[in-house]
Amino acid sequence: MLSRVADKIFWMSRQMERAENMARILGVTANLVLFGTAENQRQNLLAPLTITGTEESYFEHHEELTLAGLIEFLALDESNPSSIYSCIKWAREDAHAVRWQITSEMWETLNATWIEMRNLRGRLVPADGATEFFDWVKDRSHLFRGVTYGTIVRGEAFDFSRVGTHLERADNTARILDVKYHILLPSVEDVGGALDYYQWAALLRSVSAFETYRALYKDQIFPIKVAELLILERRMPRSLAACLDQIAEAMNRIQGNQDHAAKRLTGQLHARMVHADVQEIFAGGLHEWLTESLAEVNELGTRIQRAYLGAV
Amino acid sequence: MRSADGAVRAHYEPLVKWLEQMPPERVEAKRREADLLFHRVGITFAVYGDEQGAERLIPFDTIPRILDKAEWETISRGLRQRVNALNRFLHDIYHGQEILKAGVIPAEQVLTNDAFQVAMLGLDLPNQVYSHISGIDLIRHSDGQYYVLEDNLRTPSGVSYMLENRKMMMRLFPELFARQRVFPVEHYAGLLLDTLRAAAPERVRDPVVAVLTPGQHNSAYFEHAFLAQQMGVELVEGADLYVKDGTLYMRTTSGRQRVDVIYRRIDDAFLDPLAFRQDSLLGVPGLLSVYRAGNIGLANAIGTGVADDKSTYPYVPDMIRFYLGEEPLLANVPTWQCKRADDLAHVLDNLAELVVKEVQGSGGYGMLIGPTATKAELEAFRARLIANPANYIAQPTLSLSTCPTFVEAGIAPRHVDLRPFVLSGKNVRMVPGGLTRVALKEGSLVVNSSQGGGTKDTWVVE
Repeated sequence: MLSRVADKIFWMSRQMERAENMARILGVTANLVLFGTAENQRQNLLAPLTITGTEESYFEHHEELTLAGLIEFLALDESNPSSIYSCIKWAREDAHAVRWQITSEMWETLNATWIEMRNLRGRLVPADGATEFFDWVKDRSHLFRGVTYGTIVRGEAFDFSRVGTHLERADNTARILDVKYHILLPSVEDVGGALDYYQWAALLRSVSAFETYRALYKDQIFPIKVAELLILERRMPRSLAACLDQIAEAMNRIQGNQDHAAKRLTGQLHARMVHADVQEIFAGGLHEWLTESLAEVNELGTRIQRAYLGAV
Repeated sequence: MRSADGAVRAHYEPLVKWLEQMPPERVEAKRREADLLFHRVGITFAVYGDEQGAERLIPFDTIPRILDKAEWETISRGLRQRVNALNRFLHDIYHGQEILKAGVIPAEQVLTNDAFQVAMLGLDLPNQVYSHISGIDLIRHSDGQYYVLEDNLRTPSGVSYMLENRKMMMRLFPELFARQRVFPVEHYAGLLLDTLRAAAPERVRDPVVAVLTPGQHNSAYFEHAFLAQQMGVELVEGADLYVKDGTLYMRTTSGRQRVDVIYRRIDDAFLDPLAFRQDSLLGVPGLLSVYRAGNIGLANAIGTGVADDKSTYPYVPDMIRFYLGEEPLLANVPTWQCKRADDLAHVLDNLAELVVKEVQGSGGYGMLIGPTATKAELEAFRARLIANPANYIAQPTLSLSTCPTFVEAGIAPRHVDLRPFVLSGKNVRMVPGGLTRVALKEGSLVVNSSQGGGTKDTWVVE
């Protein structure tokens, strides 16, 4: 497969996943500010900016930190390259460039999403919290992934699409955990008060893991178990371990010429996620462990680009 | 559709009968269905100068244009002859230049032509073929004869519409195909691949072919992608290719892969920034050196434009006589070359009756249609003509044949032309018919899609 084509498929999938993750983060944030105290209000509003590393850029354009401003910036702003609007735009552009190498259903799904996105943008009122919009973004992302899974021929296009999706997802889960670790850390042994409960529940909901937690642990929400679920639980499709399972499986099928570096790191990262011990992680510092993991996930992305996708 | 006396020509009769039987609502419903299908599949083209980069649908007309078998046989013999002579001409001017020595064509007409490529001098090509894919535009005049309007030997486009139109017609009106035997065109992609493989360096056993496109924003991107897919070959952009040790490679996920033939859909000037335009980001640095070393085939060859230039066009009948010793089977439209003082005077005197075209123009841009132009347009064009006469040719306004066509008011006659695609490899081949373009505006003679023209399915019937 041409490197350029693989690159577009990889990024098309990444961008769509990124749009979904952004919708999840913003949806939960909109929900959290309803319960917050004045003191943690700002923290809650800052979190999406910290997660995406766009704090500085936000304050270049906005004086105040408000939910409406946040949604405007992270969902709709076309000058912000990581806004939902931009992600969908790029996903569609990438798909357009390779529409003859993907299935027509994949192309039509992304094209329709983009056309609707442009219509929605004019009608959306950020101050209202835009919950419906975030649900729509998640739906379109689910649809795209389902269409991809259900129609694309099993081969390199499929594999690069999966690697793109799960690399982005792993990155996102690690970032969410990292930004919220301060609510997990001070009270590892503590059952937590009412406010913490909402914080944890929101964290779990942002990765669709609230029901899963209940189902798997049949228990109250303990911070250490939240971390365990999001990092180590291979049955939870947004956990780091599950993402690396998917990446490792796809990478195993891809045959490159000079991909030793990428494959080696895949193996290392996979082992790191699957065989980690949550007590050890907390003992060494969750933040440190996550920072290191994030760096490696990024490095894997770079090595994949270099090995297969024509990046020099 | 009709002969000069107004009678419906025999091969159109089944269609006319069928049209009379069809309830108008049903025809209208089919027409809407066709529109919807084309939109969904995304058979669109981008329009130059449209800042939105908008994609438009080329209007598709559901009434086919029909040729009878005998008519097509005459045309195809004429096309074969013409394309053979044009390829002989290209080989000659880049080798011995016998035709110039014989004085059949003035040397300056060829040697000072912008499209003449010095880089091609003395280069031997497989089968001595330069124009592997030729689109020859024909019109049927009121005298019943077909005339060649122009030759397209650079990167002629439109064949994807020919193929998609047929697919659409078979889907919408299967019963029509039961009434008359229509010769198939679907094997075009197979013939094209065969033609391209024949352009490979002779020592290559199993040549790898790729289609080179300027990218998704090009107006004909749909066609590039479509043809690559139909042939089962890679669709590449300049950045996918690189030259190393005299070989052309494409970058793939499993490393480099050698390429032997490039079906290029970008102009000469953009092919290789080291040899032609330095600012070209579309081409491949070093491509020309690989080509000159005989390590790849290019279709079409570099420098074919000198033969399809509108100022060269008047000499094509003489080329046929010179190289083949035959009389042309397809006539040219009489043409005045404005660079000649006598011709220019005639053109200026009769501007309001003539069609004036730029010698290097294409796509219907930069032309004047005398009879429909306003006084101001005529005067503006007159000034341009006087300022640079060598840039223009003029032809009489022909009465292009018409074909029934759906328009706002129902079915009405509209002017059509015909572009058959002629493939030259080890021998010359073509599929029966070609692309029929139709001028949708009443009385209009401009059929170019960029100027609001549409297309029709073209049938050759028993």
